[in-house]
Amino acid sequence: MSVLVGKNTRLLVQGITGSAGSFHAKSMMDYGTNVVGGVTPGRGGEMFEGKAPVFDTVAKAVRETGANASVIFVPPPGAADSILEAFDAGIELVVCITEGIPVTDMLRVRRVLEGLKGQRLIGPNCPGIITPDACKIGIMPGHIHKTGPIGVVSKSGTLTYEAVGQLSAMGVGQSTCIGIGGDPVAGMDFIDVLELFENDPGTEGIILIGEIGGSAEINAAEYIKKHVKKPVAGFIAGATAPPGKRMGHAGAIISGGKGTAAEKIAALEAAGVRVAPTPSDMASTLMSLMKR
Amino acid sequence: MKIHEYQAKQLFAKYGVPVPKGYPAFTVEEAVAGAEKLIAETGSEIVVVKAQIHAGGRGKGGGVKVCKGAADAKATAEQILGMQLVTHQTGPEGQKVRRLYIEAGSAIERELYLSAVVDRETRRIAFMASTEGGMDIEEVAAHTPEKIISFHVDPAVGLAGYQAREFAYALGIQKHGKAAVAQFVKLMGSLFEFFTKEDCSLCEINPLVVTKSGELVALDGKVDFDDNAEFRHPEWNTLRDTAEEDEIELEAKAIGLNYVSLDGNVGCLVNGAGLAMGTMDIIKHFGGEKGVSPANFLDVGGGANQKQVTEAFKIILKSPKVKAIFVNIFGGIMKCDVIANGVVAAAKELGLKVPLVVRLEGTNVDLGRKILSESGLAITAATTMADGAQKVVAAVLGT
Repeated sequence: MSVLVGKNTRLLVQGITGSAGSFHAKSMMDYGTNVVGGVTPGRGGEMFEGKAPVFDTVAKAVRETGANASVIFVPPPGAADSILEAFDAGIELVVCITEGIPVTDMLRVRRVLEGLKGQRLIGPNCPGIITPDACKIGIMPGHIHKTGPIGVVSKSGTLTYEAVGQLSAMGVGQSTCIGIGGDPVAGMDFIDVLELFENDPGTEGIILIGEIGGSAEINAAEYIKKHVKKPVAGFIAGATAPPGKRMGHAGAIISGGKGTAAEKIAALEAAGVRVAPTPSDMASTLMSLMKR
Repeated sequence: MKIHEYQAKQLFAKYGVPVPKGYPAFTVEEAVAGAEKLIAETGSEIVVVKAQIHAGGRGKGGGVKVCKGAADAKATAEQILGMQLVTHQTGPEGQKVRRLYIEAGSAIERELYLSAVVDRETRRIAFMASTEGGMDIEEVAAHTPEKIISFHVDPAVGLAGYQAREFAYALGIQKHGKAAVAQFVKLMGSLFEFFTKEDCSLCEINPLVVTKSGELVALDGKVDFDDNAEFRHPEWNTLRDTAEEDEIELEAKAIGLNYVSLDGNVGCLVNGAGLAMGTMDIIKHFGGEKGVSPANFLDVGGGANQKQVTEAFKIILKSPKVKAIFVNIFGGIMKCDVIANGVVAAAKELGLKVPLVVRLEGTNVDLGRKILSESGLAITAATTMADGAQKVVAAVLGT
């Protein structure tokens, strides 16, 4: 079992003719993802890799292909607009990989998202989502994944790969891995994903990877305390980061003494999450909690 | 991206937020000329000489002085220009003052606080105000949070008139007359327009003063722009003051690397922001008590090429404090063989002056490891993050 994506996912690639879009569209197809089409305004009528028709608009692509998910590789100036276009065309799951979208653009996108029912956004500035051996939407290296019972949710791409690599090396697979991204204003947050994992019969344990900045991890801790019965292991990156310095991700900054790793770790531990002492121990920490 | 007070005020004026008259000065002569001009224009001898650095707390640090007459302004400018101004935000070494702002004095009746910020919790622009203007707002928030009022702007609606009026009455602007309330509401509208059109992430006016004659004036201006919006603001280039920024960080940015200087002794080269932070953390975990800690945060990104890896090495080695280097890569899009070739090329070009520990994992890992082992260079290979961190700590300690 898995959450959000699987064999029934019919994916559109927005920005499929760009360099990142075409590279990853091909890699997703190779993984076995059902890429039903792509969108690039002005390139409608072309065929991508001889398999996926290209459309000028998402609305037309949805009408002709029955797509229910979309992944966005459109550069920052047009990325927020592409998210809105996908929402308007009725796409259920929109995954935005693009890094560097202005925050005011994302404020508008969030406002629209709040009025929608049954439609979700993952990202932006994220690696995407994968259900191993069924559907990969994004830029993660598919070959490190393995089917199994662990759900992974993370703000960081490479730390997700690190956790997955550790799990797979121990022979433990993943139900679904979701990178929610490191931007201050984004789509799904930890709580949205935790709720899905808790209700998914195929997920038996969860790894949650957060970082400094904001309070999403604190809110997640409160949610876990009340609603999550499955074992959760965590890691918070940035314990050594100085205040006031942005650590790569737009959201990873300690400001006004808030959003430190120490307060997040304390909140998670108080909620029963076992926090890994180093990022090298994420999988083993979860396994010790699950006594496997 | 931060800008100076005088630049913020020039933008405020463009959007209709009232500011005192003033002139920027890069030399004492320009400061004197500015002061003389202001005295002639306003008919008042009172001018304020203000140090322009990006850090806050300038007044307390001695960087803002009220002067009487051009001669006094000259003496003050001589004293402030070139000084190392130390504030609670600069660190103990302070920041050199390279620019001044010479501003007309204001007859202050009351000092208020007003700011707007992108609030990530509510995903809205939040406005905050307080009657405790001129104070450190974090102190006010800590000790008397009831003195801070706030509201959020619905992005679909924009700033509503009633929200501005609520602030006006809560701050007691009506005490200064109906015209003052109207002026305040207009100022709020101008500030919101400025904030959204110029892609700010923070805009703070502290203090916003009510003058003796009942006028509202922004006496200070602190503005941060959202770096992600740089592509639609080519004019930001002219506002950027590179002298206020870390030289190595700027150089890294120019070649597409994400770099932050820290004060430790292990240079780090990592792909991905989260893994880069995690690498810093694990070095501190194993080495912190032994005096080993990260010298930098460095994310080479997902699509770095061999040249960028070489440049990254050069940047890391610029710090004389670096006693060892830890390369930690989990290849996704980034292929391990590309990194390995970059590492080998850099080590051959620059010479291996300090021990180098490399941990590779992910796409094309076997090829990458082979390139390293066949290079003939004294590279210590590591299998996991923990293994690599322990090896680099040992290398720094010489054990």
